[in-house]
Amino acid sequence: MKIHLPNSAFLGNIESFISKADFADQSRLDISVNPKWVSVHPVVLAATAALALECHEKDVLISVDDVAPKSLPYLVRMGLYDFLRKDPPQDIQAHEESGRFIPLRRVASGNELTAFITDMIPLLHASPKNVDPIKYVVSELIRNVIEHSGSTVNAIICAQYFKKTKRISIGVADRGVGITESIRQSHTAIDDKAALNLALRPGITGTTARIGGTEYNAGAGLFFTRSIAKASQNFFLIYSGSAYYKQLTKRSIHSGQLKLFADPFLDPCTVKSDAPNWQGTLVGIDIAAEGSSIFSHLLDEIRSAYTSEIKRRNNKNYKKPRFK
Amino acid sequence: MITIKLDDYVGSFAEDKDIAKDIREKTINPALSKGEEVTLNFLGVTLATQSFIHALISDLIRTRGADVLDSLIFQNCNEAIEALVNVVCDYMQDDIEENG
Repeated sequence: MKIHLPNSAFLGNIESFISKADFADQSRLDISVNPKWVSVHPVVLAATAALALECHEKDVLISVDDVAPKSLPYLVRMGLYDFLRKDPPQDIQAHEESGRFIPLRRVASGNELTAFITDMIPLLHASPKNVDPIKYVVSELIRNVIEHSGSTVNAIICAQYFKKTKRISIGVADRGVGITESIRQSHTAIDDKAALNLALRPGITGTTARIGGTEYNAGAGLFFTRSIAKASQNFFLIYSGSAYYKQLTKRSIHSGQLKLFADPFLDPCTVKSDAPNWQGTLVGIDIAAEGSSIFSHLLDEIRSAYTSEIKRRNNKNYKKPRFK
Repeated sequence: MITIKLDDYVGSFAEDKDIAKDIREKTINPALSKGEEVTLNFLGVTLATQSFIHALISDLIRTRGADVLDSLIFQNCNEAIEALVNVVCDYMQDDIEENG
Protein backbone atom coordinates (compact mmCIF):
# COMPACT_ATOMS: atom_id res chain seq x y z
CA MET A 1 0.00 0.00 0.00
CA LYS A 2 1.12 3.54 -0.68
CA ILE A 3 0.09 6.85 0.79
CA HIS A 4 1.48 10.20 -0.23
CA LEU A 5 1.08 13.22 2.03
CA PRO A 6 1.06 15.97 -0.57
CA ASN A 7 1.74 19.66 -0.38
CA SER A 8 -1.97 20.35 -0.11
CA ALA A 9 -5.00 18.08 0.23
CA PHE A 10 -8.18 19.57 1.63
CA LEU A 11 -11.68 18.53 0.68
CA GLY A 12 -11.73 20.87 -2.32
CA ASN A 13 -8.63 19.21 -3.79
CA ILE A 14 -8.70 15.86 -1.98
CA GLU A 15 -8.00 14.21 -5.34
CA SER A 16 -4.33 15.11 -4.82
CA PHE A 17 -4.35 12.57 -1.96
CA ILE A 18 -6.72 9.96 -3.40
CA SER A 19 -5.13 9.78 -6.87
CA LYS A 20 -1.72 8.86 -5.46
CA ALA A 21 -2.96 6.33 -2.92
CA ASP A 22 -2.71 2.61 -3.54
CA PHE A 23 -4.34 0.24 -1.06
CA ALA A 24 -4.00 -2.97 -3.11
CA ASP A 25 -0.73 -4.60 -1.99
CA GLN A 26 -1.25 -5.18 1.74
CA SER A 27 2.18 -6.70 2.36
CA ARG A 28 3.67 -3.31 3.32
CA LEU A 29 2.78 0.36 3.73
CA ASP A 30 4.99 3.04 2.19
CA ILE A 31 4.28 6.60 3.23
CA SER A 32 5.87 9.38 1.23
CA VAL A 33 5.86 12.98 2.38
CA ASN A 34 6.19 16.21 0.43
CA PRO A 35 9.65 17.41 1.48
CA LYS A 36 8.78 21.10 1.59
CA TRP A 37 5.37 21.50 3.14
CA VAL A 38 2.40 19.29 4.04
CA SER A 39 -0.96 20.91 4.64
CA VAL A 40 -3.80 18.41 4.67
CA HIS A 41 -7.36 17.95 5.86
CA PRO A 42 -7.82 15.93 9.07
CA VAL A 43 -9.45 13.14 7.04
CA VAL A 44 -6.06 12.51 5.37
CA LEU A 45 -4.36 12.15 8.73
CA ALA A 46 -7.17 9.98 10.10
CA ALA A 47 -6.93 7.68 7.06
CA THR A 48 -3.15 7.41 7.41
CA ALA A 49 -3.39 6.69 11.13
CA ALA A 50 -6.12 4.07 10.66
CA LEU A 51 -4.07 2.28 8.02
CA ALA A 52 -0.99 2.40 10.23
CA LEU A 53 -2.89 0.94 13.19
CA GLU A 54 -4.14 -1.92 11.06
CA CYS A 55 -0.60 -2.58 9.79
CA HIS A 56 0.67 -2.76 13.38
CA GLU A 57 -2.06 -5.26 14.24
CA LYS A 58 -1.14 -7.43 11.25
CA ASP A 59 2.63 -7.03 11.66
CA VAL A 60 2.88 -5.30 8.31
CA LEU A 61 6.03 -3.25 7.67
CA ILE A 62 5.58 0.53 7.54
CA SER A 63 8.15 2.79 5.95
CA VAL A 64 8.02 6.58 6.10
CA ASP A 65 10.06 9.07 4.08
CA ASP A 66 12.84 10.45 6.22
CA VAL A 67 12.13 14.02 5.28
CA ALA A 68 11.23 16.98 7.44
CA PRO A 69 8.88 19.44 5.75
CA LYS A 70 8.53 22.82 7.43
CA SER A 71 5.12 21.73 8.65
CA LEU A 72 6.60 18.72 10.47
CA PRO A 73 5.70 20.22 13.89
CA TYR A 74 2.06 20.16 12.84
CA LEU A 75 2.21 16.48 11.85
CA VAL A 76 3.93 15.64 15.13
CA ARG A 77 1.48 17.60 17.25
CA MET A 78 -1.43 15.96 15.46
CA GLY A 79 -0.04 12.67 16.74
CA LEU A 80 0.70 11.16 13.35
CA TYR A 81 4.12 9.79 14.28
CA ASP A 82 2.68 8.25 17.46
CA PHE A 83 0.24 6.27 15.33
CA LEU A 84 3.02 5.35 12.92
CA ARG A 85 5.18 4.32 15.91
CA LYS A 86 8.08 6.15 14.33
CA ASP A 87 10.35 8.86 15.62
CA PRO A 88 9.92 12.08 13.66
CA PRO A 89 12.92 12.97 11.52
CA GLN A 90 13.59 15.99 13.75
CA ASP A 91 12.99 16.76 17.40
CA ILE A 92 10.00 19.02 17.87
CA GLN A 93 9.38 21.27 20.83
CA ALA A 94 6.08 20.39 22.45
CA HIS A 95 3.31 22.97 22.56
CA GLU A 96 0.10 23.15 24.46
CA GLU A 97 -2.92 22.02 22.41
CA SER A 98 -4.72 25.31 22.49
CA GLY A 99 -7.39 26.44 20.18
CA ARG A 100 -6.20 25.09 16.87
CA PHE A 101 -6.48 21.34 16.61
CA ILE A 102 -7.61 18.08 18.12
CA PRO A 103 -4.87 15.44 17.72
CA LEU A 104 -5.60 12.00 16.35
CA ARG A 105 -7.57 9.86 18.75
CA ARG A 106 -8.87 6.29 18.64
CA VAL A 107 -12.46 6.01 19.88
CA ALA A 108 -13.79 2.53 20.64
CA SER A 109 -16.95 3.01 22.70
CA GLY A 110 -19.77 5.34 23.61
CA ASN A 111 -18.01 6.29 26.83
CA GLU A 112 -14.84 7.17 24.93
CA LEU A 113 -16.95 9.23 22.52
CA THR A 114 -18.45 11.18 25.41
CA ALA A 115 -14.97 11.78 26.81
CA PHE A 116 -13.69 12.87 23.40
CA ILE A 117 -16.48 15.41 22.94
CA THR A 118 -15.91 16.75 26.45
CA ASP A 119 -12.20 17.19 25.76
CA MET A 120 -12.67 18.54 22.26
CA ILE A 121 -14.94 21.50 22.77
CA PRO A 122 -12.72 23.71 24.97
CA LEU A 123 -9.75 23.08 22.68
CA LEU A 124 -11.55 24.47 19.67
CA HIS A 125 -12.28 27.80 21.39
CA ALA A 126 -15.48 28.06 19.35
CA SER A 127 -18.27 30.29 20.58
CA PRO A 128 -21.07 28.39 22.34
CA LYS A 129 -23.58 28.93 19.53
CA ASN A 130 -21.16 27.38 17.06
CA VAL A 131 -20.32 24.38 19.20
CA ASP A 132 -23.64 22.57 18.76
CA PRO A 133 -23.25 21.50 15.12
CA ILE A 134 -19.71 20.30 15.83
CA LYS A 135 -20.78 18.15 18.78
CA TYR A 136 -23.69 16.88 16.77
CA VAL A 137 -21.60 15.83 13.76
CA VAL A 138 -18.89 14.16 15.84
CA SER A 139 -21.46 12.17 17.79
CA GLU A 140 -23.32 10.96 14.71
CA LEU A 141 -20.17 10.04 12.76
CA ILE A 142 -18.46 8.18 15.58
CA ARG A 143 -21.62 6.32 16.60
CA ASN A 144 -21.97 5.17 12.99
CA VAL A 145 -18.52 3.60 13.21
CA ILE A 146 -19.06 2.05 16.64
CA GLU A 147 -22.44 0.57 15.72
CA HIS A 148 -22.12 -0.43 12.08
CA SER A 149 -18.53 -0.70 10.88
CA GLY A 150 -17.00 -3.64 12.73
CA SER A 151 -13.72 -1.76 12.40
CA THR A 152 -10.83 -3.51 14.13
CA VAL A 153 -9.10 -0.16 14.63
CA ASN A 154 -12.35 1.41 15.86
CA ALA A 155 -12.88 5.04 14.85
CA ILE A 156 -9.93 7.36 14.28
CA ILE A 157 -10.77 11.05 14.51
CA CYS A 158 -8.99 14.37 14.48
CA ALA A 159 -10.00 17.97 13.87
CA GLN A 160 -8.53 21.36 13.13
CA TYR A 161 -9.70 24.94 13.44
CA PHE A 162 -8.71 27.29 10.61
CA LYS A 163 -8.75 30.81 11.94
CA LYS A 164 -8.44 32.57 8.58
CA THR A 165 -11.40 30.83 6.96
CA LYS A 166 -13.26 30.46 10.28
CA ARG A 167 -14.03 26.83 9.76
CA ILE A 168 -13.55 23.59 11.64
CA SER A 169 -12.49 20.52 9.68
CA ILE A 170 -13.15 17.05 11.03
CA GLY A 171 -11.90 13.72 9.71
CA VAL A 172 -13.10 10.25 10.72
CA ALA A 173 -11.67 6.97 9.42
CA ASP A 174 -12.41 3.31 10.00
CA ARG A 175 -11.25 0.00 8.55
CA GLY A 176 -14.55 -1.80 8.84
CA VAL A 177 -16.94 -3.49 6.44
CA GLY A 178 -17.64 -0.33 4.46
CA ILE A 179 -20.87 1.27 3.32
CA THR A 180 -21.71 -1.25 0.61
CA GLU A 181 -21.65 -4.36 2.81
CA SER A 182 -23.55 -2.50 5.53
CA ILE A 183 -26.28 -1.28 3.16
CA ARG A 184 -26.55 -4.65 1.39
CA GLN A 185 -27.71 -6.28 4.62
CA SER A 186 -31.15 -4.87 3.80
CA HIS A 187 -31.05 -3.15 0.41
CA THR A 188 -29.95 -3.79 -3.15
CA ALA A 189 -26.94 -1.78 -4.23
CA ILE A 190 -25.27 -2.74 -7.46
CA ASP A 191 -21.97 -1.09 -6.60
CA ASP A 192 -20.19 1.18 -4.12
CA LYS A 193 -21.55 4.32 -5.78
CA ALA A 194 -25.14 3.10 -5.50
CA ALA A 195 -24.56 2.14 -1.86
CA LEU A 196 -23.27 5.64 -1.07
CA ASN A 197 -26.36 7.13 -2.67
CA LEU A 198 -28.60 5.01 -0.42
CA ALA A 199 -26.57 5.63 2.75
CA LEU A 200 -26.82 9.39 2.32
CA ARG A 201 -30.60 9.41 1.87
CA PRO A 202 -32.81 10.06 4.89
CA GLY A 203 -34.59 7.03 6.31
CA ILE A 204 -32.36 4.34 4.83
CA THR A 205 -30.23 2.15 7.07
CA GLY A 206 -28.54 -1.18 6.55
CA THR A 207 -30.30 -2.57 9.61
CA THR A 208 -33.72 -2.85 7.94
CA ALA A 209 -35.35 -2.68 4.52
CA ARG A 210 -38.11 -0.61 6.07
CA ILE A 211 -37.91 3.09 5.17
CA GLY A 212 -37.76 5.01 8.45
CA GLY A 213 -35.41 2.56 10.10
CA THR A 214 -35.74 0.55 13.27
CA GLU A 215 -36.42 1.53 16.86
CA TYR A 216 -32.66 2.09 17.22
CA ASN A 217 -31.54 3.37 13.81
CA ALA A 218 -33.35 5.99 11.76
CA GLY A 219 -30.87 6.04 8.90
CA ALA A 220 -30.71 9.81 9.09
CA GLY A 221 -27.31 10.55 10.62
CA LEU A 222 -25.41 11.02 7.37
CA PHE A 223 -28.26 13.05 5.87
CA PHE A 224 -28.17 15.44 8.83
CA THR A 225 -24.38 15.58 8.71
CA ARG A 226 -24.15 16.50 5.04
CA SER A 227 -27.00 18.98 5.51
CA ILE A 228 -25.05 20.75 8.26
CA ALA A 229 -22.07 21.13 5.90
CA LYS A 230 -24.31 22.32 3.09
CA ALA A 231 -26.08 24.88 5.24
CA SER A 232 -22.77 26.61 5.96
CA GLN A 233 -21.60 26.23 2.34
CA ASN A 234 -18.83 23.84 3.22
CA PHE A 235 -17.58 20.54 1.85
CA PHE A 236 -18.63 17.04 2.88
CA LEU A 237 -16.79 13.92 1.73
CA ILE A 238 -17.59 10.25 2.18
CA TYR A 239 -15.32 7.58 0.70
CA SER A 240 -15.92 3.84 0.94
CA GLY A 241 -14.78 0.99 -1.27
CA SER A 242 -13.94 2.34 -4.69
CA ALA A 243 -16.40 5.22 -4.60
CA TYR A 244 -16.44 8.63 -3.04
CA TYR A 245 -19.00 11.40 -2.88
CA LYS A 246 -17.99 14.99 -2.38
CA GLN A 247 -20.72 17.53 -1.75
CA LEU A 248 -19.59 20.85 -3.13
CA THR A 249 -19.94 24.21 -1.48
CA LYS A 250 -22.51 25.69 -3.83
CA ARG A 251 -25.69 26.37 -1.91
CA SER A 252 -28.91 25.54 -3.72
CA ILE A 253 -31.42 28.23 -2.93
CA HIS A 254 -35.07 27.74 -3.65
CA SER A 255 -37.57 30.48 -2.88
CA GLY A 256 -35.02 32.13 -0.60
CA GLN A 257 -34.52 28.99 1.46
CA LEU A 258 -31.84 26.36 1.64
CA LYS A 259 -32.82 23.49 -0.63
CA LEU A 260 -31.88 20.07 0.66
CA PHE A 261 -32.34 17.06 -1.56
CA ALA A 262 -33.04 13.59 -0.23
CA ASP A 263 -31.13 12.20 -3.24
CA PRO A 264 -27.54 13.30 -2.59
CA PHE A 265 -26.65 13.16 -6.27
CA LEU A 266 -29.07 16.03 -6.96
CA ASP A 267 -26.94 18.32 -4.82
CA PRO A 268 -23.91 19.94 -6.44
CA CYS A 269 -21.36 17.16 -6.02
CA THR A 270 -18.50 15.12 -7.40
CA VAL A 271 -18.99 11.36 -7.46
CA LYS A 272 -16.27 8.91 -8.47
CA SER A 273 -16.51 5.16 -8.67
CA ASP A 274 -12.96 4.25 -9.74
CA ALA A 275 -10.98 5.37 -6.71
CA PRO A 276 -8.41 3.12 -5.00
CA ASN A 277 -10.37 0.63 -2.90
CA TRP A 278 -10.58 1.85 0.73
CA GLN A 279 -11.66 -0.95 3.04
CA GLY A 280 -13.94 0.83 5.48
CA THR A 281 -15.18 4.38 5.39
CA LEU A 282 -13.63 7.85 5.43
CA VAL A 283 -15.64 10.95 6.23
CA GLY A 284 -14.39 14.52 6.00
CA ILE A 285 -16.46 17.56 6.79
CA ASP A 286 -15.94 21.29 7.12
CA ILE A 287 -18.23 23.33 9.35
CA ALA A 288 -18.41 27.10 9.76
CA ALA A 289 -16.95 28.01 13.13
CA GLU A 290 -18.53 31.44 13.12
CA GLY A 291 -21.47 33.08 11.50
CA SER A 292 -23.39 29.92 10.78
CA SER A 293 -27.15 30.09 11.01
CA ILE A 294 -28.76 29.26 14.32
CA PHE A 295 -28.74 25.49 14.71
CA SER A 296 -32.47 25.31 15.41
CA HIS A 297 -33.18 27.14 12.14
CA LEU A 298 -31.01 24.68 10.31
CA LEU A 299 -32.92 21.81 11.87
CA ASP A 300 -36.18 23.38 10.73
CA GLU A 301 -34.78 23.52 7.20
CA ILE A 302 -33.77 19.88 7.44
CA ARG A 303 -37.27 19.08 8.65
CA SER A 304 -38.74 20.75 5.57
CA ALA A 305 -36.45 18.68 3.36
CA TYR A 306 -37.39 15.58 5.31
CA THR A 307 -41.11 16.14 4.91
CA SER A 308 -41.87 13.24 2.71
CA GLU A 309 -43.75 12.85 -0.46
CA ILE A 310 -46.21 10.73 1.55
CA LYS A 311 -47.21 13.70 3.65
CA ARG A 312 -47.33 16.05 0.69
CA ARG A 313 -49.28 13.56 -1.42
CA ASN A 314 -51.88 12.90 1.23
CA ASN A 315 -51.89 16.50 2.42
CA LYS A 316 -51.89 15.01 5.88
CA ASN A 317 -52.01 17.04 9.03
CA TYR A 318 -50.02 14.89 11.33
CA LYS A 319 -50.52 14.91 15.08
CA LYS A 320 -48.22 17.43 16.73
CA PRO A 321 -46.14 16.73 19.81
CA ARG A 322 -47.16 18.72 22.88
CA PHE A 323 -44.55 21.17 24.21
CA LYS A 324 -44.72 22.88 27.58
CA MET B 1 -48.37 11.27 35.69
CA ILE B 2 -44.62 10.78 35.77
CA THR B 3 -41.84 13.21 34.90
CA ILE B 4 -38.49 12.10 33.54
CA LYS B 5 -35.74 14.65 33.97
CA LEU B 6 -33.45 13.77 31.12
CA ASP B 7 -30.35 15.62 32.25
CA ASP B 8 -30.17 13.23 35.20
CA TYR B 9 -29.42 10.54 32.63
CA VAL B 10 -27.52 12.30 29.82
CA GLY B 11 -26.19 15.61 31.12
CA SER B 12 -26.35 18.57 28.77
CA PHE B 13 -25.81 16.64 25.53
CA ALA B 14 -28.36 13.91 24.80
CA GLU B 15 -26.64 11.66 22.28
CA ASP B 16 -26.33 8.20 23.84
CA LYS B 17 -28.92 5.99 22.14
CA ASP B 18 -28.46 3.17 24.62
CA ILE B 19 -29.56 5.47 27.43
CA ALA B 20 -32.52 6.64 25.33
CA LYS B 21 -33.57 3.04 24.75
CA ASP B 22 -33.25 2.25 28.46
CA ILE B 23 -35.42 5.22 29.41
CA ARG B 24 -38.01 4.21 26.85
CA GLU B 25 -38.15 0.55 27.81
CA LYS B 26 -37.77 0.82 31.57
CA THR B 27 -39.69 3.98 32.34
CA ILE B 28 -41.81 5.42 29.53
CA ASN B 29 -43.35 2.24 28.17
CA PRO B 30 -44.40 0.81 31.57
CA ALA B 31 -45.95 4.16 32.55
CA LEU B 32 -47.88 4.40 29.28
CA SER B 33 -49.08 0.83 29.73
CA LYS B 34 -50.56 1.87 33.07
CA GLY B 35 -52.39 4.73 31.34
CA GLU B 36 -50.17 7.41 32.82
CA GLU B 37 -49.12 10.62 31.10
CA VAL B 38 -45.35 11.00 30.73
CA THR B 39 -43.53 14.31 30.82
CA LEU B 40 -40.08 14.36 29.25
CA ASN B 41 -38.34 17.29 30.91
CA PHE B 42 -35.36 18.56 28.91
CA LEU B 43 -34.36 21.22 31.45
CA GLY B 44 -30.55 21.32 31.49
CA VAL B 45 -30.24 19.52 28.16
CA THR B 46 -28.82 22.01 25.66
CA LEU B 47 -28.42 19.71 22.66
CA ALA B 48 -29.75 16.36 21.47
CA THR B 49 -29.10 14.35 18.34
CA GLN B 50 -31.84 13.12 16.06
CA SER B 51 -30.58 9.61 16.78
CA PHE B 52 -31.22 10.09 20.51
CA ILE B 53 -34.73 11.47 20.02
CA HIS B 54 -35.43 8.65 17.56
CA ALA B 55 -34.31 6.00 20.03
CA LEU B 56 -36.38 7.68 22.75
CA ILE B 57 -39.76 7.98 21.02
CA SER B 58 -39.89 6.39 17.55
CA ASP B 59 -40.85 2.93 18.76
CA LEU B 60 -43.60 4.40 20.94
CA ILE B 61 -45.19 5.99 17.87
CA ARG B 62 -44.67 2.88 15.73
CA THR B 63 -46.10 0.41 18.24
CA ARG B 64 -48.76 2.57 19.93
CA GLY B 65 -49.73 4.82 17.00
CA ALA B 66 -49.62 8.59 16.72
CA ASP B 67 -52.15 8.92 19.54
CA VAL B 68 -49.36 8.19 21.97
CA LEU B 69 -48.39 11.84 21.48
CA ASP B 70 -51.49 12.73 23.52
CA SER B 71 -49.85 11.00 26.47
CA LEU B 72 -46.41 12.59 26.08
CA ILE B 73 -45.41 16.10 27.08
CA PHE B 74 -42.08 17.56 25.95
CA GLN B 75 -41.11 20.09 28.58
CA ASN B 76 -38.40 22.78 28.56
CA CYS B 77 -37.16 21.98 25.07
CA ASN B 78 -35.00 24.63 23.46
CA GLU B 79 -35.65 25.47 19.81
CA ALA B 80 -33.17 22.92 18.46
CA ILE B 81 -34.55 20.05 20.52
CA GLU B 82 -38.12 21.07 19.67
CA ALA B 83 -37.18 20.99 15.96
CA LEU B 84 -35.73 17.50 16.36
CA VAL B 85 -38.81 16.20 18.18
CA ASN B 86 -40.94 17.59 15.36
CA VAL B 87 -38.77 15.90 12.71
CA VAL B 88 -38.98 12.51 14.38
CA CYS B 89 -42.73 12.76 15.01
CA ASP B 90 -43.31 13.72 11.36
CA TYR B 91 -41.32 10.93 9.76
CA MET B 92 -42.63 8.29 12.14
CA GLN B 93 -46.17 9.23 11.16
CA ASP B 94 -45.03 8.95 7.53
CA ASP B 95 -43.85 5.48 8.42
CA ILE B 96 -47.28 4.58 9.81
CA GLU B 97 -48.95 5.95 6.67
CA GLU B 98 -46.65 3.97 4.44
CA ASN B 99 -46.25 0.71 6.34
CA GLY B 100 -49.19 0.62 8.69
